[in-house]
Amino acid sequence: MATVSIRDIRKSFGPVSIIKGVDVDIADGEFVILVGPSGCGKSTLLRMIAGLEDVTSGEIRIGDRLINDVPPKDRDIAMVFQSYALYPHMTVAENMGFSLRLKGTSKAEQATRVGAAAASLGLTPLLDRYPRQLSGGQRQRVAMGRAIVRDPQVFLFDEPLSNLDAKLRVAMRAEIKELHHRLKTTTVYVTHDQIEAMTMADKIVVMHDGIVEQIGAPLDLYDSPANRFVAGFIGSPAMNFVEGTMTEEGLSLPSGTILPLHQRPPAAVGSALTYGIRPEHLQLAPVGTPGAIPAVVTVVEPSGLDTTLIVKAEGGPMTVVLRERVSLRPGDAIALRPVANQSHLFDAAGLRIASL
Amino acid sequence: MTLSRETTMSRAISFGFLVQIILIMNSFIMLYPVVVMVFSAFKTTAQIFDHPFAVPDFTQVQNFSRVLGETSMPTYFMNSILVTGTSIVLILVLGTMAGYAIARYESRTNTFILLFFLAGLMLPLKLAVIPLFILLRDLHLLDSRWSLIVTYTAIGLPSAVFIMAGFLRSLPTELEDAARMDGASEPRIMWSVMLPLALPPMAIAAIQNAVPIWNDFFFPLVFIQTDSYKTLPQGLTTFMGEYTTDWGMLFAGLTIAAAPITLLYIALSRQFIQGMTAGAVK
Repeated sequence: MATVSIRDIRKSFGPVSIIKGVDVDIADGEFVILVGPSGCGKSTLLRMIAGLEDVTSGEIRIGDRLINDVPPKDRDIAMVFQSYALYPHMTVAENMGFSLRLKGTSKAEQATRVGAAAASLGLTPLLDRYPRQLSGGQRQRVAMGRAIVRDPQVFLFDEPLSNLDAKLRVAMRAEIKELHHRLKTTTVYVTHDQIEAMTMADKIVVMHDGIVEQIGAPLDLYDSPANRFVAGFIGSPAMNFVEGTMTEEGLSLPSGTILPLHQRPPAAVGSALTYGIRPEHLQLAPVGTPGAIPAVVTVVEPSGLDTTLIVKAEGGPMTVVLRERVSLRPGDAIALRPVANQSHLFDAAGLRIASL
Repeated sequence: MTLSRETTMSRAISFGFLVQIILIMNSFIMLYPVVVMVFSAFKTTAQIFDHPFAVPDFTQVQNFSRVLGETSMPTYFMNSILVTGTSIVLILVLGTMAGYAIARYESRTNTFILLFFLAGLMLPLKLAVIPLFILLRDLHLLDSRWSLIVTYTAIGLPSAVFIMAGFLRSLPTELEDAARMDGASEPRIMWSVMLPLALPPMAIAAIQNAVPIWNDFFFPLVFIQTDSYKTLPQGLTTFMGEYTTDWGMLFAGLTIAAAPITLLYIALSRQFIQGMTAGAVK
């Protein structure tokens, strides 16, 4: 186990700059998730930690050791790939033992370590099978077994669950979390799925366009997003945003509705602000209630647990999640009242200036 | 509804039946000359002309013993094995390495090198036989087995590189990355991870080159004068006399000549078919 420290990392492919100065500190035994939309540089950053991509500038350290120019095999890390990358011509046992074989570990010890890892993942009956004879979830487990066998200082996961169906993904999510809890190995995990990030991570690094937007614990990011990007990216369904102008009475929406603000934000009267509120922080109110946003229902999605409404409000479409069951139909006129102390205000540059 | 389904089914059956008939006829056409060749190898010339299609007495092996005992056939046979074997080994080793480099390493010159090899596919080397002859003469390789080996290797490499590069490119790079993380060196990645997966295309490259090399008559005729360096196709012509030909012996020689390549094909056919259909269903 070890800490990982990333200092001002940059990566360019020719003139194209992919990662533009990233700093991340990962504590010993921490489960860190790099999350962001496609092309944000998260996989490239992971591959740089793995040693599969060169570092253009900056420093990566594992423990106290600078590893910029250390070849992957000497970094004492193991990686699980999106496609699992199991060797098709080797059995499960050979796949898991390949790194030990290359290291010249004795046959007996190979068998012991592979056996132990296989037992911990429930793979023992499959050791003699070939990858093509396994289901997706089993392949995923073999890929994890191959990483565990090496007992590395750091685990790297590159979108390991994106090839699995929804149900299996939820099960594997729990399994990986449980595995981390048991082994306590420092883990860096890349995903584009913010739910995976929220549910699994000790710490989330939100990346966008080659920079880090925010680093923090999952619920901190959810409750106090640093900017509009993080606010919109974390949380599903996503946060609603309405553009407005600051007035003496509150925030004035384009159609004239005034949203009362419970306290005065640090913004001058007349400045353009973005008002953000999560779908679960909107409540139904009688039509015409002052301070409520008028809207027309377009879609009703009951899931049993809750009901999601997609409505057409003056600022554009908005999403509302209601815990109670409602008898609304498309075309119904409603009004939405924001829950107090749950909204965020963002300035023109997208930075959060207040939560109220 | 039921009726139409039956019609569709009977149509499907009759189509399958037709395909089977065509395939059986095709096998017959293909195998008929081979069978006649093997049958004739056990007959005397007189018997061949009297009863060309009769089943012979398979204990009559005097043709074979004469071919192997009284002629240079064993020498020709060894030469063919040596020339074909060495050429195929060289083609596979060099072709796979070149294909691997072209497919897996990023370099500006890759496309150029691939096109260079492809150019070799476009022009028949037989057209260049005179410059080739002069080149081999200057290299002092004429009238040696090496003259054939280097020529065949040069002819075979483009297709081998083309096949191998195309296949190796289709293997996921993550496999390579995984092996690199597992601690494998570059040669080790090629040897332990990529090559085992590349057996089907290698079988294609091997068969596709071995058959024409084994059967080639043209280059030995031009390059080889010494009897002890002759290969089978050229050697067999000595069985055909100007006035008389011992057809029984010639067919025995042909049977021996055809055997190894037929066996090789049978041995590799599974890989061959696998390789041809690889990627068709993913």
